[in-house]
Amino acid sequence: MVDDRSTPVRPVLEAPDIARVLTRIAHEIVERAKGADDVVLLGIPTRGVFLARRLADKLAEITGRKTPVGALDITMYRDDLRLGPARALARTEIPGDGIDGRLVILVDDVLFSGRTIRAALDAINDIGRPRAVQLAVLVDRGHRQLPIRADYVGKNLPTSLRETVKVQLAENDGRDCVLLGVKPGSHDE
Amino acid sequence: MKRHLISAADLTRDDALLILDTAEEMARVANRPIKKLPTLRGRTVVNLFFEDSTRTRISFEAAAKRLSADVINFSAKGSSVSKGESLKDTALTLEAMGADAVVIRHHASGAPHRLATSGWINGSVVNAGDGTHEHPTQALLDAFTMRRHLAGAPDGGPTRHQDGPGDGTGRDLAGRRITIVGDVLHSRVARSNVHLLGTLGAHVTLVAPPTLLPIGVETWPCDVSYDLDSVLAKSDAVMMLRVQNERMNAAFFPTEREYARRYGLDATRMAALPEHAIVMHPGPMNRGMEITAEVADSDRCTAVEQVGNGVSVRMAVLYLLLGGNEPALSENRTEENK
Repeated sequence: MVDDRSTPVRPVLEAPDIARVLTRIAHEIVERAKGADDVVLLGIPTRGVFLARRLADKLAEITGRKTPVGALDITMYRDDLRLGPARALARTEIPGDGIDGRLVILVDDVLFSGRTIRAALDAINDIGRPRAVQLAVLVDRGHRQLPIRADYVGKNLPTSLRETVKVQLAENDGRDCVLLGVKPGSHDE
Repeated sequence: MKRHLISAADLTRDDALLILDTAEEMARVANRPIKKLPTLRGRTVVNLFFEDSTRTRISFEAAAKRLSADVINFSAKGSSVSKGESLKDTALTLEAMGADAVVIRHHASGAPHRLATSGWINGSVVNAGDGTHEHPTQALLDAFTMRRHLAGAPDGGPTRHQDGPGDGTGRDLAGRRITIVGDVLHSRVARSNVHLLGTLGAHVTLVAPPTLLPIGVETWPCDVSYDLDSVLAKSDAVMMLRVQNERMNAAFFPTEREYARRYGLDATRMAALPEHAIVMHPGPMNRGMEITAEVADSDRCTAVEQVGNGVSVRMAVLYLLLGGNEPALSENRTEENK
């Protein structure tokens, strides 16, 4: 997640780049999942959900089938809940057929400390038992604090901890882009 | 910061909507195979009940357990209170045991407020009904039930009875007409509902015999009527209150039969309601008194659904008060509740 107080300065991905990147990830999913017929996409609110829906559309174009897509709110599973006021919850939406025995692909906008994904793995554990769980992210900015890696990465973006990465998506922010900014004393998520 | 939930009147519209929206997400957890969240792991919630209660106590207990909190149940019967221990000493004992939240029901109006403001305990205090004063979580679950039925359709309007409740996330109850019928005098549910429903934009009408209305009711943000039949046709929800015989120390109405005839809800009266209207009851019901069995068992009566919603709403309240390092509800409206 990215801090809103930072001042975005430099776009590193523009709308056409994001579209190309998602198309590539969709093809990688089909290739690695051998047709992707048991894939369930779960987006992590807020922007991961929009990315998951876009990926589902791309997968439909490639395979001609509808891929189940849902949302997984991880707020109640965060390890930093006690570092701030209780957060408002987002909607968890699990596709009708559930996730048991399926290949769940988590989708998020930025991979940073890895703590969000750890919380997501805990949340999945309470919902069902997938065949496997994979991770797709638009941007991997490094600085992992847990042994977690992404299976599908839109762009590897080496950053310093003083920098901020902000993803904007048309569904939420009116335009598509990834912005790299600088925030003195910036703080891990 | 608001650390306690003492009165529905303390809640701003934003607070109330945050609680109801959070409850909507909590309700979805109830549909999962594993109905448990790790959020309040390591926190202790004490249910401090000085007065008999079935649904409120088990509802709070279920809510706390679904959030993984440790629950200690304390009822006055069989405790040192029956040996004459004061509220203060009981509170100090709970504090020494490390209670993060105390859910209190007490026969004396104002006991939760005393507990919250005395400095005896550091945790959050949640009022689970005090005397004839307030019962804020009941008002919240009632509002939650109303919102799901009266603003639960995709267009924000009422749902059809055969479809069941909808999802009212983000909506309030603006313009809905709610009628609360019966023993308002002894009802903490009515008082909390009048405040909360007013905050959410609903228009409340109280209907009761004059003897069962509290002094000063004309200053409440609601209308008052003595004639049930005249208000039914323009009610979106009718809430029937239990006649609280255990609190009645005088003759408030001539006979039970006369009360049931003038203020009870039977099938004929229910037919006078608009098509989408729901019938609510906080429970426990006196069948044949304020509500007939036929109405209580109809698909328009939400009494059982209200119990289920109570767990979701209490999960939301406990999460918002205890989930972070400070409560998520806004600064208090009243001075004494800091």
